[in-house]
Amino acid sequence: MAYEIVKRPHVENFVRWSKFKPKVVVLSADLTSSCEVGKFRDTFPDRFFSFGLGEQNMLGFAGGLAREGFEPWIHTFAVFIYRRPLDQLEMSVAYPNLPVRMVGFLPGITTPGGVTHQAIDDVNVLRGIPNMTILETGDATEVESVLEVAHKIDGPVYIRMLRGEISRIFPKNELMQFNTARVLSTGTDVTILSSGISTEEALRAIPALKEHGVSVQHLHISTLKPFTDPQVIESLKSNKHGVITMENHSVIGGLGSAVADLMAEHGIGKKLIKIGLKDTYAHGASQKYLLQKYGMSARNLIEATEKLIDKNLQITEDELSLTRVIDVHSTAKAEAL
Amino acid sequence: MSITKASSTTDIEKIASIAHGIRHRVLEHTVKNNGGYLSQACSSAEILACLYTNLVNLKALAAPLEPRDFVNVPSKNFTDYVTGAEFHGEKGPDLDRLFISPAHYALVIYAALIETGRLTEKSLEKFNKDGTTVEMIGAEHSPGFETTTGSLAQAISQAGGVALARKLRGETGKTWIFMSDGEFQEGQTWEALSAISFHKLNNVRVIVDVNRNQVDGPMEKVMSIEPLIDRIKNFGWDVEKIDGNDINQILKACSTGYDKPKAILGYTDPAKGIEILKDRPDALHYVRFASPFEKIKYNNFLKAWK
Repeated sequence: MAYEIVKRPHVENFVRWSKFKPKVVVLSADLTSSCEVGKFRDTFPDRFFSFGLGEQNMLGFAGGLAREGFEPWIHTFAVFIYRRPLDQLEMSVAYPNLPVRMVGFLPGITTPGGVTHQAIDDVNVLRGIPNMTILETGDATEVESVLEVAHKIDGPVYIRMLRGEISRIFPKNELMQFNTARVLSTGTDVTILSSGISTEEALRAIPALKEHGVSVQHLHISTLKPFTDPQVIESLKSNKHGVITMENHSVIGGLGSAVADLMAEHGIGKKLIKIGLKDTYAHGASQKYLLQKYGMSARNLIEATEKLIDKNLQITEDELSLTRVIDVHSTAKAEAL
Repeated sequence: MSITKASSTTDIEKIASIAHGIRHRVLEHTVKNNGGYLSQACSSAEILACLYTNLVNLKALAAPLEPRDFVNVPSKNFTDYVTGAEFHGEKGPDLDRLFISPAHYALVIYAALIETGRLTEKSLEKFNKDGTTVEMIGAEHSPGFETTTGSLAQAISQAGGVALARKLRGETGKTWIFMSDGEFQEGQTWEALSAISFHKLNNVRVIVDVNRNQVDGPMEKVMSIEPLIDRIKNFGWDVEKIDGNDINQILKACSTGYDKPKAILGYTDPAKGIEILKDRPDALHYVRFASPFEKIKYNNFLKAWK
């Protein structure tokens, strides 16, 4: 399926959204244009604060500003939010349950920047932190509408954010809803739950699965914590052969683990196959290459389905929808990362 | 703008008596409980006595407050959380704020609050007892605390955020941070010093208890931070180095107006007032009596001390 490609939706959308919200301030650690808030800085210079390469201190400042009634929106790469300043995130932001919005760019293998830039265990680390809410964007509509979802939460929010050229998979007026999955198809053989960019990848395979007679229940997840949506629990029960999760993250501690917890808690005795990075770091290369190399592609979803239903479907490469190849040197990105 | 109340001889005497009271309460508690953060009381008593009397412009309390019982940690479901800043009085745009950074000074802070009429005298009986907020390492619900800084060097950044917010709102009150010298080994402190200077937060005052001791022993043996005054100056701050046990010097160093953020480095004696502490060099971070004889020695000192 060919989706509309939206270039840098966050740039204009964030300026528009924050225009009449004087308490919204942006904190940046030298990745301002890379995180698509250069226009915000230029439009509202009095609400933009530069912290240079100093994320630990920036997290503390965010906590202080939030205590005084401001709503700090930290913009940096995801790895620089949950790795280096984790103690500050916990003690200066999460413990006091402050409304700090942490917008983390380059989730998972969406960057050729390699291991230092790829946030592959962020959901795992942050899901264990009390008071945290975790949201993930899967398309342009969610990049736009995640702002209002985060804004309404009384407490810290971490967002896995997309940038650059982004597909619009969901209609512009079907906004992200807090703790509410999007039901993309209904069926009875297998349940597939995907999040972030893995949803676009799953949508390459699902038409072919259906074509070959597999009845697929497919849900897109955008709230990873809390994880209590009754639709999700229902979908885990209502399948003959089992559940597949697909995420742009390690298979430990992310969507797959959250689903496993739910299944165990609700006594749902089904098989679960977790597609994601199999307890490994990745390296610097293109998204398409990395999805294949690490077994996170549409083909892997077909293989997982075949395993669950115990049947070889003989689906050819031609039957899969085309992969959208993202140009590493796209003009929609501030740098090639 | 920094307007500090002029200090008279009576002020100095009053501050000295509060400083003595802080040491006395902490020693008494240490003897009774066979351990405590005693050397921190010795080193910082004058600094804290000055902060809570003449330096930090806090709203007075009608009467000392009782510490609250612990109910819950902050969360979406617990909106009645109250921080220990209530012991610093009601906040106001022209009033100052005081952030305590080294949370293991809690016992000393509680003693200072008692001595300055902000915390009830019998509160120390609840120290480190289950279910109270009078915790051993202060958290933000503990008397005198507003942030949770047991993981050191995090207060300066949080207070920096508060100072920035206050500046954005045009408030005239200052934001003070009481720090310990060990925190200058943490990288975050230097990030914060950079940011506070870069964002021109001249409403910030940092006052440091430079007692030159840390858990493993003297700082010069663990990781030297000297020359501290030059290092901080080079980050764009006004800095003064003083004798941190000398009340006159503390008041003087804190008394003028500044264009830049200001740090006051109070070099202190961790055995000040309780000289027998010098018999246990290199082990001053937490005083736990090694033998019944040592406990008797401190108890005798306490009894003889007026």
